[in-house]
Amino acid sequence: MDIPYIVEERADTGLNNVKLGIWLFLASEVMLFGALFSSYVLLRLMAVEWPFGVDVLNVPLGTFNTAVLIGSSVTMVMAYASLKMDDFGRFRMWLAATIGLSLLFMVVKGFEYNHEFDIGNFPWTSTYLAIYFTMTGLHALHIIGGVVVNTYLLFPGSKMWTTNKAQFTNRVEAAGLYWHFVDLVWIFLFPVLYLL
Amino acid sequence: MADVTTTEQAAPAADAHGHEEHAHGDHGHHDLGFWQTYVFSVDHKVIGIQYAVTGLLFLLFGFVLMMLMRWQIAYPGEPIPLIGEWLGDERAPGGIMLPEFYNQLGAMHGTIMVFLGVVPLAVGGFGNFVLPLQIGAPDMAFPKLNMASYWSFFVGGVVMFASFFVPGGAANSGWTSYAPLSVFATTGQTMWLVGMIFLITSSLLGSVNFIVTTIQLRAPGLSFMRLPFFVWAQLVTAFLLLLAFPPLEAAGVMQLMDRVAGTSFFLPSGLVYADAPWEATGGGSVLLWQHLFWFLAHPEVYVLILPALGIVGEIIANNTRKPVWGYRVLVYSVVFLGFMSFVVWAHHMFLTGMGTTMSSFFQTTTMIISIPSVVILSALFITLYGGSIRFTVPMLFALAFLPMFGIGGLTGLPLGLSAPDIHLHDTYYVIGHFHYVVAPGTLMALFGGIYYWFPKATGRKMNDFLGRVHFWGSFISINVVFMPMLIQGLAGMNRRMYDGGEQYLMNADVLWLNEVISIAAWVLGLFQLPFIYNFFRSIKHGEKVDGNPWQATTIEWQAPSPPPHGNFSAPPVAHRGPYEYSVPGAARDFLMQGEPDTAAEPAKV
Ligand code: HEM
Ligand SMILES: [Cu+2]
Repeated sequence: MDIPYIVEERADTGLNNVKLGIWLFLASEVMLFGALFSSYVLLRLMAVEWPFGVDVLNVPLGTFNTAVLIGSSVTMVMAYASLKMDDFGRFRMWLAATIGLSLLFMVVKGFEYNHEFDIGNFPWTSTYLAIYFTMTGLHALHIIGGVVVNTYLLFPGSKMWTTNKAQFTNRVEAAGLYWHFVDLVWIFLFPVLYLL
Repeated sequence: MADVTTTEQAAPAADAHGHEEHAHGDHGHHDLGFWQTYVFSVDHKVIGIQYAVTGLLFLLFGFVLMMLMRWQIAYPGEPIPLIGEWLGDERAPGGIMLPEFYNQLGAMHGTIMVFLGVVPLAVGGFGNFVLPLQIGAPDMAFPKLNMASYWSFFVGGVVMFASFFVPGGAANSGWTSYAPLSVFATTGQTMWLVGMIFLITSSLLGSVNFIVTTIQLRAPGLSFMRLPFFVWAQLVTAFLLLLAFPPLEAAGVMQLMDRVAGTSFFLPSGLVYADAPWEATGGGSVLLWQHLFWFLAHPEVYVLILPALGIVGEIIANNTRKPVWGYRVLVYSVVFLGFMSFVVWAHHMFLTGMGTTMSSFFQTTTMIISIPSVVILSALFITLYGGSIRFTVPMLFALAFLPMFGIGGLTGLPLGLSAPDIHLHDTYYVIGHFHYVVAPGTLMALFGGIYYWFPKATGRKMNDFLGRVHFWGSFISINVVFMPMLIQGLAGMNRRMYDGGEQYLMNADVLWLNEVISIAAWVLGLFQLPFIYNFFRSIKHGEKVDGNPWQATTIEWQAPSPPPHGNFSAPPVAHRGPYEYSVPGAARDFLMQGEPDTAAEPAKV
């Protein structure tokens, strides 16, 4: 017996295994970041003083990075759509663009971190900076995870396109869902840490 | 060490595997070689057995730590006999246990029992082995993820174990790792945090897999209301693991930052440590850690108990030869319990001064959550009524579970109300209470489960006489261990006392019980020897049995024992509910879920 519903949907649940799996995984990620956001609220409420993000961080760079990430979500959708339209060449192009934008985000983030260190802002400087570095650091790890997955799907993993189109498309869809989630987390992080 | 035992354990499975494959040959026989068959296996049965055996070994290890503690509690300051000298000067100079070492033992006993013993055995072991078989699936939905989950758990276990050997020894701030103590603690605490991150990753992968498997891979005809109760219990457990663990992961990362990056998430301002002001910005909150910890750790106690309830449900239905009473009520209760377990966590924090409004809320939710627990227990009790009970070894353990879990639950009620909790908090009453749930409760059920499904895993039964010796010895001595703890606690004796409470005059009256408890604990240890012997001997030499030795109804008993790779020779189909025992007019006293209706329909007269 082989494992069923890897590609096709089960009639009574309307899902395939991968899609259900990735949604469950994202649910747990919501709890992870939810706990961090709650901690942020609690720590800030009880703090004697708390700086405004605008005064500490580089808002233009942060805004730029937000645009970069949203852009990468768009290219990710395009990559998936290209596969759906059976256009493997375009898929590769869009996925490569997604990876490129992710790396750009990381480079900008690196500059930001570097600048903070230069002016003496470290995790141990204040609780605000502590939560800033922890949350953006954890988010950056998620970006790296996404880059690894997408690079796999771009190169070695894409061999599956020749053997099992449907399953490969499913995988790209799952990677896309994850990527949108990482993007969404940033969309919360940015105002909370930079603007408020 | 786990690998070796796992290998021996799985060996018989291999012979039958090859045999079965050739017999029906629905997909070509693949020779995977030793490493991929037994060590880096993706077969849910092998992984389940790996989990179970590793979990059992950790249970034994946690038990040994506890036996050492019990020496110190019963005979404070006296050198530990036999092994005392081997412990080394940094732990027990001259064989006399240092307070620091006692604290390590306590923290690691708790951690190991919960995260490396019971959960891996109950969820990783039983869940992996039984659940796919019970729903008629060929394997878990994501076999490779399943393997990754086991190995992540294994690494976490190794890290925890290794932490005993770093300078300062293992974590020593309790299994709860309360800040700020844990932030100041020695390197072992960092290892604890890193180990936990591996364990959390493992349970995340595992829980996604369990949920997808249950929802997607059910055999045709196996609707949700036909799932065995065990599957429901595992499903709810998986949701708890999925959603409750991530906040602890976040908290673990923050504590790690506090320890290695000098942040102050959990450190309030103005702390003094070792007579000097602690160099940190401060402004953090110790309560934040407690909230995040208990947000996991309360659901975690349901993770420890629900699989046990599931196992007991199966065993009781099978051995009373009756459908479990109130199947639907059981299912609704277990689901409700799962939901509620997310909103009771702060009943562990009544004494932290979090305020009366918070206390009232959490008292109320705690009283509400006790209702479904009582419903489940009552339903299982009522099932016994009017049954023709078979007193098999698994049934003995299941029968013992009911009152033991009952005591554990009832002693919990006073702890859930903040007024009595002021007196009882942090005493041996608490230790007695939760151990009644997890030791005479869950452990009994898990042993019962091992005796019950052993024939499925190996094709052989465990020895009946040794099983009875194991049962009666354990049942009696475990009560002598924990009942006196309740008494000591009511008298006000604190937990986590290096000298067993000797330093407080008020404990004088109940101090003599320390020795009684310790002796009972060692006797309890002795009575595990028949089990260990029986377990290993029966793998090769147990009585040979067919696929369904207990005349059970659920789908796993339809597969050959041990089941081949891919589990079933023909895809099973469920034709009815899980517990069709003693159906009036049927030819036998049980109708299997997978039997087609024609054979099953009572003969028309
Ligand atoms: C079956 C035999 C067991 C015995 C005799 C036993 C005994 C003890 C004792 C005496 C303590 C208290 C130490 C102190 O307060 O100084 C303790 C603590 C604890 N035990 Fe057990 N235990 C057993 C099994 C288990 C199991 C199966 C679990 C979990 C599933 C468990 C979880 C814990 C936890 C969480 C603590 C608290 C540790 C702390 O204070 O941080 N124990 N145990
Ligand atoms: Cu609780």
